[in-house]
Amino acid sequence: MKTGAIAVEKGTPGKAPFPSSSLRKRAWKARWYYVFMIPGILYFLIFKIAPMWGVLMSFQDYQPSLGMLKSDWVGFKHFERLFQSVDFWKLFRNTFLLAFYNLAIYFPITIVLALILNEVRHETYKRFVQTLVYIPHFLSWVVVAGITYLLMGSEGLINQAGQLIGQGRIDFLYSTDWFRPIIMLQIIWKDGGWGTIILLAALAGVNMSLYEAAKIDGASRMRMMWHITLPSIRSVIIILLILRLGNFMDLGFEQIYLMLNPLNREVGEVFDTYVFRVGIQQGQFSYSAAVGLFKSVIGLVLVWLANKLAKKFGEEGIY
Amino acid sequence: MPIHEGFLSRLADILIYTILGLASAFAILPFIYVLVNSFSANETVFPTEFTLDAYRYILSTDKFIRSMGVSIYITVLGSVLSLVVTSFMAYALSNRKVPGRQPVLMLVLFTILFSGGMIPTYFVVRAVGMIDTYWALMIPGLLSGFYLIVMKDFFQNVPDELKEAAEIDGCHEVGIFFRVVLPLSLPAMAAFGLFYAVGLWNQYFSAIIYINDSNKWPVQVLLQQVVVQASGSIGDSASMGENVSFYGQSVRMAVIIVSTVPILCVYPFLQKHFAKGVLLGSVKG
Repeated sequence: MKTGAIAVEKGTPGKAPFPSSSLRKRAWKARWYYVFMIPGILYFLIFKIAPMWGVLMSFQDYQPSLGMLKSDWVGFKHFERLFQSVDFWKLFRNTFLLAFYNLAIYFPITIVLALILNEVRHETYKRFVQTLVYIPHFLSWVVVAGITYLLMGSEGLINQAGQLIGQGRIDFLYSTDWFRPIIMLQIIWKDGGWGTIILLAALAGVNMSLYEAAKIDGASRMRMMWHITLPSIRSVIIILLILRLGNFMDLGFEQIYLMLNPLNREVGEVFDTYVFRVGIQQGQFSYSAAVGLFKSVIGLVLVWLANKLAKKFGEEGIY
Repeated sequence: MPIHEGFLSRLADILIYTILGLASAFAILPFIYVLVNSFSANETVFPTEFTLDAYRYILSTDKFIRSMGVSIYITVLGSVLSLVVTSFMAYALSNRKVPGRQPVLMLVLFTILFSGGMIPTYFVVRAVGMIDTYWALMIPGLLSGFYLIVMKDFFQNVPDELKEAAEIDGCHEVGIFFRVVLPLSLPAMAAFGLFYAVGLWNQYFSAIIYINDSNKWPVQVLLQQVVVQASGSIGDSASMGENVSFYGQSVRMAVIIVSTVPILCVYPFLQKHFAKGVLLGSVKG
């Protein structure tokens, strides 16, 4: 019943010779679309936008029993405490270094792997390799950490093998020297293959006639890669770089938290794990919210800067 | 691929195939090692006698069975909910005639770039009364802004003629979605659903932050307790649990395998879809 009535009602104005331009009419016509949006918009308002207001608590001495309205406002007290604490430089250094290694080691590996995969002529072999290198992406960080513990623990495979060839035992998991290499190794293992997907999609779109022309001109394989393949996917690489910069500070919380212990905290603690430990576990809500806000703002500034830079070099940017 | 001839090119091919072979081995060997050892009878590092004891032990443990149940429940229900809410919103946003669509898209993009952070989000989840409920594992991550935008682009690619034809036949917006757009998008919907499901199955962080009741732990938390805590009990993540007795190596490996099997089961389907580039439609808003 209802369905039919609506169809008739909206059928007529849609075919009117003069399309109605009044906003209210167009909005009324689209009312069912708004109904479709309601659950999603509610989600964004409650779980994404409300926490953005919640960051105001970092300017308060927030007490859960009083709520945000009654808690005392303290201005930048928590930020001052953060910037003056010894923890700050430690957190900043640890976060920055891991993020930098991520950009300088993991990202180029995905590009190289994509370029190599693109050179494979046998489709079957290519698909076989892809199937295997994508698998780790779908395993949870707990599984990755678990495998790391089993392989690199004091009684793990690597230490046992090391002892067979007369090597002393190395406490990989509790060593400050090994923390960053292990984190990088995990990232490369889990997402090294996965990171190639977007690049491979871009590589598939490279114009084949360019290669034909280059071949007639006698270009070698290396030269084609350098002068045709790489320039063709330049904009994709730049967009990925911008997105990575935007997430520069978002090292996987789960990954680092699972590998963290008192012996490697000096090099392992990053902003996210610090917020969790100090905020959720120790209950210093306002202070940890301030740390989180600081991190988010840096992230936003980085996206903005990267986007500006990309546009300056004649690329499109992400917004 | 362009065809090249000559000795140098051959050499390059050999190099390429070797590197890729090594990369594949690097990706899969750690997992194979865990798989093989989970069937090993004794507690040394290198596998010996074949046995199913570890699996028999796990599958007779109430705790493990319960956490698997929790994970299955939140994965199935959560991915259905996510898929429904995401596709509804994406469909509405895909219609260019809807006033106010652009501001909503900007809002979504903004939430991708900036977030209130862990602590304010925790208080929101607490305020709506979700702490220690399964909802806390499904609702705070209900919608991915990225999937939403990709799905919106996907719906925009459904030919307008089809929608208009349905409209002329007397179908209204709700009908068009269910009878025209959705049936045409089923493979893509399956792919989005699977990606949501993998995320839900693998989530660990939401559980440790929102769930204190160990009876409600999903399998990832139990896995962490069994594997990480047993391996070295001084880690950060080890300190939060209750006491778990020391588990043998093969049991720890078997837990990893059992909790990963569901992922490996859906992997072929996943691969079919992301290989087609379904989720890569566009990175941009």
